Amino acid sequence: MSTIQPIAGQTEIHPDVALVERVRGGDVSAYDTLVRKYDRQVFRIAQHITQNREDAEDVVQDAFLKAYEKLDQFQGNSKFYTWLVRIAVNESLMRLRKRRTGKMVSIDEDIETEEGTVPRDLADWAPDPEQNYSQAELAEILRKTIQGLPRGFRIVFVLRDVEGLSTEETAETLGLSVPAVKSRLLRARLQLRERLTRYFRKKNGKGTGVEK
Amino acid sequence: MTCTEFIALLDDLIDDTVTTDMRADLQEHLRGCEHCEVTLNTTRKTIQIYRSHEIYDLPSDLRERLHSAIMARCKKGC
Repeated sequence: MSTIQPIAGQTEIHPDVALVERVRGGDVSAYDTLVRKYDRQVFRIAQHITQNREDAEDVVQDAFLKAYEKLDQFQGNSKFYTWLVRIAVNESLMRLRKRRTGKMVSIDEDIETEEGTVPRDLADWAPDPEQNYSQAELAEILRKTIQGLPRGFRIVFVLRDVEGLSTEETAETLGLSVPAVKSRLLRARLQLRERLTRYFRKKNGKGTGVEK
Repeated sequence: MTCTEFIALLDDLIDDTVTTDMRADLQEHLRGCEHCEVTLNTTRKTIQIYRSHEIYDLPSDLRERLHSAIMARCKKGC
């Protein structure tokens, strides 16, 4: 289709773009492939933002339906995945807004904190600290810890470090500047590290490691 | 280099976006600062642990249900 602008000298088309082209051409089954490729990521992002399982389920449906409706607006020069993530982030924020009966919800909420800019707990971790917990316990620790971060930090960490978007893609997706993403990422990483130290510190050190 | 200066560049070091000169300065600081070494290692581990553990799994029955609902709507033209 004519909306795809091939970059001069670059003939290789990303498999996602080829799938989008097929959907635009009327092949709905190609969309099936795209949904299966990215549904887990969209669900994860929605869970991180809404912190609510039912909302996350709704977001998965709404985001993929919206992406399908807006497929004509997708420009082949950006990645389908980052385009989809942007829709998923917006749908997640809309869900939160609905739950809070129309109160404005933004990704800038609660970030006015100085916590985490200076590491305070400098205890080293046990080697392979995950081994001290079962998979279920570990998942619970990781969930609880990341849920405690301000939303504006959490989203940046998830997109950048968990979902593997670049700093520039994260900035574009969230409508933030690159320096803002960098600053939030550093603070998110340091805060998570600090909070995980409670669980993962060497047990022979001082302090109160949470026991199994 | 002070610890504050080191921490300000921590992400660049982790993401490997430092220049050769800067890397040498950071490594020089690390040699004499156990605290920053711990911070660097445990921050790296924090990222790795979140990357390698699925904390919001999408169970396959739910996945299929969502999938069917999405595709049914798409086939109807949404």
